[in-house]
Formats: sequence, structure tokens, C-alpha cells
Amino acid sequence: MMQWETVIGLEVHVQLATQSKIFSGASTAFGAEPNTQACAVDLGMPGVLPVLNENAVAMAVKFGLAVDAEIPETSLFERKNYFYPDLPKGYQTSQMAQPIVGPGKVEITLDDGSTRSVRIHHAHLEEDAGKSLHEDYHGMTGIDLNRAGTPLLEIVSEPDMRSAKEAVAYIKALHAIVTYLGISDGNMAEGSMRCDVNVSVRPKGQAAFGTRAEIKNVNSFRFVEKAIAFEVERQIELIEDGGQVVQETRLFDPERDETRGMRTKEEANDYRYFPCPDLLPVTLDGAYVDHQRALMPELPSEKRHRFENQLGLSAYDAGVLASSRAMAEYFEAVKDVCGDAKQAANWVQGELSANLNRENLEIGDSPVTAEQLGGLIQRVMDDTISGKAAKQVFQALWDGEADSADAIIEARGLKQVTDTGAIEGMIDQVIADSPVQVAQYREADEAKRGKMIGYFVGQVMKASRGTANPQQVNSLLKQKLDQA
Amino acid sequence: MHDKTLTELAAGLRAGEFSSRELCQSALDRIQRLDGDLNSFISVTAEQALADADAADQARASGDAAALAGLPLALKDIFCTQGVRTSCGSKMLDSFVAPYDATVVEKIRQAGGVSLGKTNMDEFAMGSSNENSFYGPVKNPWDLSAVPGGSSGGSAAAVAAGLVPAALGTDTGGSIRQPAAFCGITGLKPTYGRVSRYGMVAYASSLDQGGPMARTAADCALLLETIAGHDVRDSTSVARVVPDYSAELDTSLAGLKIGLPKEYFGDGLDPEVETAVREAIKVYESLGAKVCEVSLPHTHLAIPAYYVIAPAEASSNLSRYDGVRFGHRCEDPTDLEDLYKRTRAEGFGEEVKRRILIGTHTLSEGFFDAYYLKAQQVRRLIRQDFLDAFDEVDVLMGPTAPTPAFDLGAQKDPVSMYLQDIYTIAVNLAGIPGISVPAGFAGNRPVGLQVLAPHFAEAQLLGVAHQFQQATDWHLKRPAFGKEMA
Repeated sequence: MMQWETVIGLEVHVQLATQSKIFSGASTAFGAEPNTQACAVDLGMPGVLPVLNENAVAMAVKFGLAVDAEIPETSLFERKNYFYPDLPKGYQTSQMAQPIVGPGKVEITLDDGSTRSVRIHHAHLEEDAGKSLHEDYHGMTGIDLNRAGTPLLEIVSEPDMRSAKEAVAYIKALHAIVTYLGISDGNMAEGSMRCDVNVSVRPKGQAAFGTRAEIKNVNSFRFVEKAIAFEVERQIELIEDGGQVVQETRLFDPERDETRGMRTKEEANDYRYFPCPDLLPVTLDGAYVDHQRALMPELPSEKRHRFENQLGLSAYDAGVLASSRAMAEYFEAVKDVCGDAKQAANWVQGELSANLNRENLEIGDSPVTAEQLGGLIQRVMDDTISGKAAKQVFQALWDGEADSADAIIEARGLKQVTDTGAIEGMIDQVIADSPVQVAQYREADEAKRGKMIGYFVGQVMKASRGTANPQQVNSLLKQKLDQA
Repeated sequence: MHDKTLTELAAGLRAGEFSSRELCQSALDRIQRLDGDLNSFISVTAEQALADADAADQARASGDAAALAGLPLALKDIFCTQGVRTSCGSKMLDSFVAPYDATVVEKIRQAGGVSLGKTNMDEFAMGSSNENSFYGPVKNPWDLSAVPGGSSGGSAAAVAAGLVPAALGTDTGGSIRQPAAFCGITGLKPTYGRVSRYGMVAYASSLDQGGPMARTAADCALLLETIAGHDVRDSTSVARVVPDYSAELDTSLAGLKIGLPKEYFGDGLDPEVETAVREAIKVYESLGAKVCEVSLPHTHLAIPAYYVIAPAEASSNLSRYDGVRFGHRCEDPTDLEDLYKRTRAEGFGEEVKRRILIGTHTLSEGFFDAYYLKAQQVRRLIRQDFLDAFDEVDVLMGPTAPTPAFDLGAQKDPVSMYLQDIYTIAVNLAGIPGISVPAGFAGNRPVGLQVLAPHFAEAQLLGVAHQFQQATDWHLKRPAFGKEMA
């Protein structure tokens, strides 16, 4: 059997979170009535001119800095000419020869915690097209131009990925970067991140790339994985059956988990790129770039290293907690309240994540706030409640029973009993009620006693309804049983 | 009244000799009586004009009349006007009513100017004779068998015939200056970036520039200081203070260095035109200017370079006319491709189609470097020619066009038509300002003197033209056409 290697390169379109469009003042808000957010410029009316949104430039530069890319002093907008009903001007204003972000690299983390680097070829700014709506128009097509002119940053990778998992890890890394930077909401369901996936296969050890297929518009992490898996299998089968892969554009069908070739007519496009005469070249000096650098928040990889080196978390914990800005911010807020990074990490990744996963929630939607969770951990650490009780309290917070851990501890009487007198009273009662077990215990040797004491601890805890401090119960019991 | 300049009419309004309503009504009457023969207007907006005139009269009565308050003028039908058809001389936009005002239209309105309507033009500003209009050719008031020039032929003819004292035109390769020369009026193409292009239907974006067309340089100064300036809606407009052009007209010509590009006096130049131009230069000498010959060595490359760059930009700029959102749409399209093909085949005229095809070809894979990139290199050389010349002299002078206005239908071959712009086209490629000033006649048809100056030296250009008009009366000559009407 021939060993095959998969080669993947990605073009990721990130919708930038500007208030207005890239070349007009119209709003970019999602979900408005069709054609209510398209001004004369977006509609390509005769005589209108584009004016570059400086915020889109700043966002692209921040992205470039986040991936260690070169920011060229001059970049240029060009026109990509083609006819389509949802492309109002008959051309898309994009960048080709001189993009705003030059070569860079992104560190990706795989499931086993190992990291590797994927090279960025370049990233460029462009305007989005509108949407063709084919349903509900009795054989006609509706055009919604609300999206026309929305700023996109197209991030083009080198063909550096070798598996679907790596591709997904790469997209996740990009997602983390753009959401950390606040330059995109990263909402894939609303199309804020869309991927074109270039896939080819080659015999292991061969240096030359195989012929690639481009799968257009794959819009979720899961679809990327499935589309690649299908495509790799299709190409290998094709070649092993004596066929050849043709360079083509394919579409992923999420209903059937397969890719399908598009009409080859689309391929014949000559886009006739040329510099847009309505826009001046964008010139960015070092001072501007430095200014944008100063405005940047801490990035995922920096955070991961700080969590590991300064907070003493394991590489794995640091990686998971830094994977999204929301997660990292939540964790740090919990840590600040409770004062213990390790405890905070355990709770966020343990109880909290389990609950979020079960109910399919993002951390931003967690019913338990970082403040509440930090407060709960504090009560565990100062021995106010036992670990067991803490889980009860967490669930109660999750269910919204009260505003704080303290209120729940109070209401449910979960406060640990640390009063030696009270515990001794309960112990005396248990000893008195269990003469047989006491006798057995006292006859047993040291090794057996260690196991047998569990019975007494359980009885005392039961008597205290879980509120007695288990360590205290343990040591007091030992004293009393060993006394006789 | 129709013989007066904008400046004189402004003084008359100030002095209360007549009201703006009377002035505009008389101009509208003239348009109604005479424009059937000229065809210089595509749309006349009489009702709106009279309402604006009344408003201007009221403003004047209450003491806050702006610079152009109550003065009638016309707009080339390439400037978008809210609520008024903006056809660009094309069937494609015959039904298009602009939803907004171009920046220059807004500025004219704010200054109190009263638009009487939209003037005829070559379709999408492509042409040098005004014969390429969906609305039919415009006649030259000096000789109704001659063309008025193009593409701003309607504006030039309307001013020359005294239908309006001034009009706005646009100039991509000579479209203000050549019709100004053919019709015996003064027309200024400003420096690229001096006047906002927002709302001016694009032909070739890196060359298009709006500007004034009027009887005198003084009137052009008044209009230019109104419409010039940076516009946040046009990234290519330049943020530079707009001088008070009217205040700078009275400059002395003593010691002015005039260069005569030898390439502008070569083969193909009509002898009568040359005589008139050389006479005009003698006038300058008599006023104290010094004249020398200079060379613009890449002049012969200007037309080839232009006919690569302009069609390339046009092919892209005109892609939006696809029948989907506005303008002409073919009947009952069978599918998308049919919609595109028939809409564009029906909506565009021959010359527009020719330039779209040329531009599409020159931008195509495999041809881009040889055509587009090469033309851009030539463009830089041409610009450098002018910069070098302006190291030696203050202004350049020559004929605006190689011939006087030719007969309607006389230029059958597109290339010989393109050669009409041989002295004007390089100016757009270089981005410098140029003005055409009436300088005599070849037979019964006017001759224009072209004066060129460095980037943003419009004040000097207008001053130089104004001084000539103080010393000569070519700009005061009026055609016989329409004379019978007071």
C-alpha cells in the first residue's frame, strides 16, 4: 500500500468588526432587513467614490503584528473585475500585488499539546459582496446588498498543514488571534470567518505537490475537518484507480458531508486586476505601526507563556486557558478573586467546563460569573466548606439559586463545623452507637485500622450533614479510638 | 442680458437692475426659443430654476446673498443632481434619476447658483465632437453645420449661444478645452485633485476633472473658487487651500516666461489656427512677456498612452451598468448572461463599446504588461516632460486643437477623431491645469489658445488669460445665431 501525505493551505476570510463599511459610511450590523444598510456607494451608483475606513487598516496592521508579519510601507488597492448580480460595481476592490500584511507565522497547538508553526503568505484587505437569495422569489433571484462593502481580511497561509486536525488547529489559532485583538467577532455561523481550503495529496517522501482542489466557503471547524477528510479520500481513491486530480473549485455539502465540483466555466475568469484609481496607495510609517503595536492586547501565545512561567500552570492547562480571550479573561478574573491560580485553573477546566459542555454554552454565556466562582473557591480554601459541599454550591450557583457562594452556604447550612467541642460530641455519639465496630477497631493492627477508620468518618460526616471538617474529624477520631 | 458675463450679471443683481427671476426667466425663454436648433440641453429644469431664483432674490433682499446668488448656469449631464435625470448622454442612464447631488453641484447650490438644466455631451464623455450622444449631436452656434467639440459640447454651445452665462464641464483628455476653443469661450481644466469628482459619473478616474466654462477668465475664476477644494468623499481630491482666484487676476505679465512646445506647432496644425495662435503670443510679448521654444519630447506618445489607460479604467468603471440595479434593462431576459449581454448591447453606443472592448483587452492576462504597464511608464515620462519645461518657463502656450471646428459627420474614422486631442490629452496624463482662451478665427470658426501651468498654478493661469482678455476682444465676439433675440 502506498503511503499518502496530505497537503493543506487555507485562505481564511475574516470579517472585520468595524462599525461602518470599508469604503462607505453604511453600518455593518448583521441581520438587518435586506438592502437597508447599503448606501449609494455600496450600491455602486454612478459617480460615487470609495473612501478607505482607517479602522479597517488599523485592524489589519494589528493582525499583521500578531503574526510577526512584515507591514510594508506601501500597499495598494486593486480592482478585481467580474460580473455577478451581487457585485454592484462589476468589480471587487481588493489587494493583489501589494497587500497590507506581508509574510508571517502562526503558532498552532495540537490536541496532544505540541505546537508547530504555520507560515502566513500574506493577508489583504478587500470588500465583501452582497448575497443572492434564491428562495421565495418564484423563479427569480433576490439581491441583498447589506453585506456589500463589509471589510474582509483575507489571510492566506502557505501549504504547511499536513492533516485536517492541523488545519482545524490553524483556524482555531486564527480565531483566537482575531478575537483576542477584537478585530472580529469570529462568529462563524454568521459568516464572520469563512474558509477556502486547498487540498492535495502526494506519495509520502515526494517533494513536488500534487494537484490541488479548492473547497470554497467552508464555514465551521467541523465542516473543515469533514471536507478535508472527504476530499483526501476522494483524491487518493481517484489516483489509486489510475485517475488524475484536476485543479478545480469544489463546494462542500454539509448535508451529505461531501465535496462536489463546481462548473468549470467559473475557472475561465480573467479578473483583469489593475490599481484602483479612486484610492490612493496606503502608506504606513514606522510610527503608525508602533502606535498600533502599543494598542495591542496580550496575545494567546504570550498569555500561554505567562500562565506557564509566572502562574506555574502546566503547559496543558496554560494552553487550554489561553485558547480563547473569553476563557483567559474568565480564568484571570477567578484567579484574582480567589488568589490561587492552580485552584482557579482546576475549577474553570473542571466543574465549569463540564457544565458548559453539557449545556453547549460558550464561556461568555456561563450562568456562574467569575466573581461567583472565585468567591466559592475562597470558601474552599479558607475551610469554610468542604470540597464536596463546594460542588453543591457550584450547582446551586449554576441554577441561579442565589447571587453568591456565601449566600448559598448560609441558606443551605453548609458551613463546615470546625468547633472541636461540637465535633467531639458527634464522635462520642458515634462511638457510643457503634460498640461492635469500636471493639473490632481496637483489636486490629495499625494497617487495618487505617482502612477501618473510614467507617467512623462517614458516620460522623453523616451526623454533621457533611458540614464537619473531614481532616478534623479524622484526627479527633484517631485520638479517641486509640485512647482506650 | 444674454451678452453679459457672469461677473457683470452678478453686479447687475447686486445693483438691483434686474431680479434673479427675470434673469433666469429670460435665459429659459432663450433656451426654449433657440435650443431646438442647437440641442445643447438634455434636460431643462425650469420649474426648479425659477423656485431657486426666487429663493435667491429673497436671500438678497434679506441681505445674505452668496457669491453666485441668483446667477443662472448649466451643468454637464455627467454631474449627479438629486431628483433630476443624470443621463451622461447615454441610453443606459436615460431613466436614471440620481438620488444625490455631486459635490460640485452641492457647492454651486450653496453659493446660490441656479441650474437651468443638464447639458448634452458625448456618451459617458467619450468623444471630441458631441456626435456620440444618445440625445443627438449638438450644433456649433458659430456655424450650425459644424460640431461644437466634445465631450462637453452642450455646455460650450450653450454658453457661446448666450443661453447661459456659464456652465460646468468635465475634461478627461480635452473635453472642456477643445469645445471651449471650437465655440469661442473660455474653459479651464483644473489640476487633477483640485475639484472633487464625487458625483461626477466616472469615465477614466485618474484623468477626469470637472471645471468651469464661461465667457471670460474672470468668470472661470469666480466659478473655480466656488467648486474647488478638498472633499472627504473623494480620496483623490487634494487638501490644499483654495486661493481667491478673482483677487489674483490682475498680475503683471512683465517678465513672464512663455514656452512654446515645438511639438505643438508641427505637422497637422491648420495654418489659420497657427496664425491666430502666433498673433496671440505676440500680444503677450507686447505686454512684456518673454517667449522661447521648449520641447516636450514624449508628446507623440500621449495619444497611444491615453487610449490604453482611459479605456482600461472605463472598462471597469462602466461594468456597473448591468441592468441589475438601475438604468436600462433589456426586455424579458432569458437568463443572467442574456440580461448582461442585451442590456449592455442596447444601452451603450458604438464609441463606448469600442472603448470598453479596448480596455478589457489591454487589461487581459498576457497583454497587461505590454499595454497598461507600458502606458503608465509613458505617462510618467510625459509628466516629467512638463516638469522639466516648467523649470525653464512659467507657462506653456499653443493651440488648443489642431483645427477649428469641423463639419458634423466629417470625422468618420475613430483614430482621426482621437487625433483632435493631440494638444490637450498629455495635460490630463500629467495632471496639470490648462485653459483655452478665444484667440481669433479661422474663417467663421473660433480658434482657441491653450495656456498650461504647473500643478495647482490655476491662479497664475487665470491671471495670464485674464490679462490677454484685457488686451483683446476675441472673448467678446458673439455668433450671429440667436442675435435677433434680445
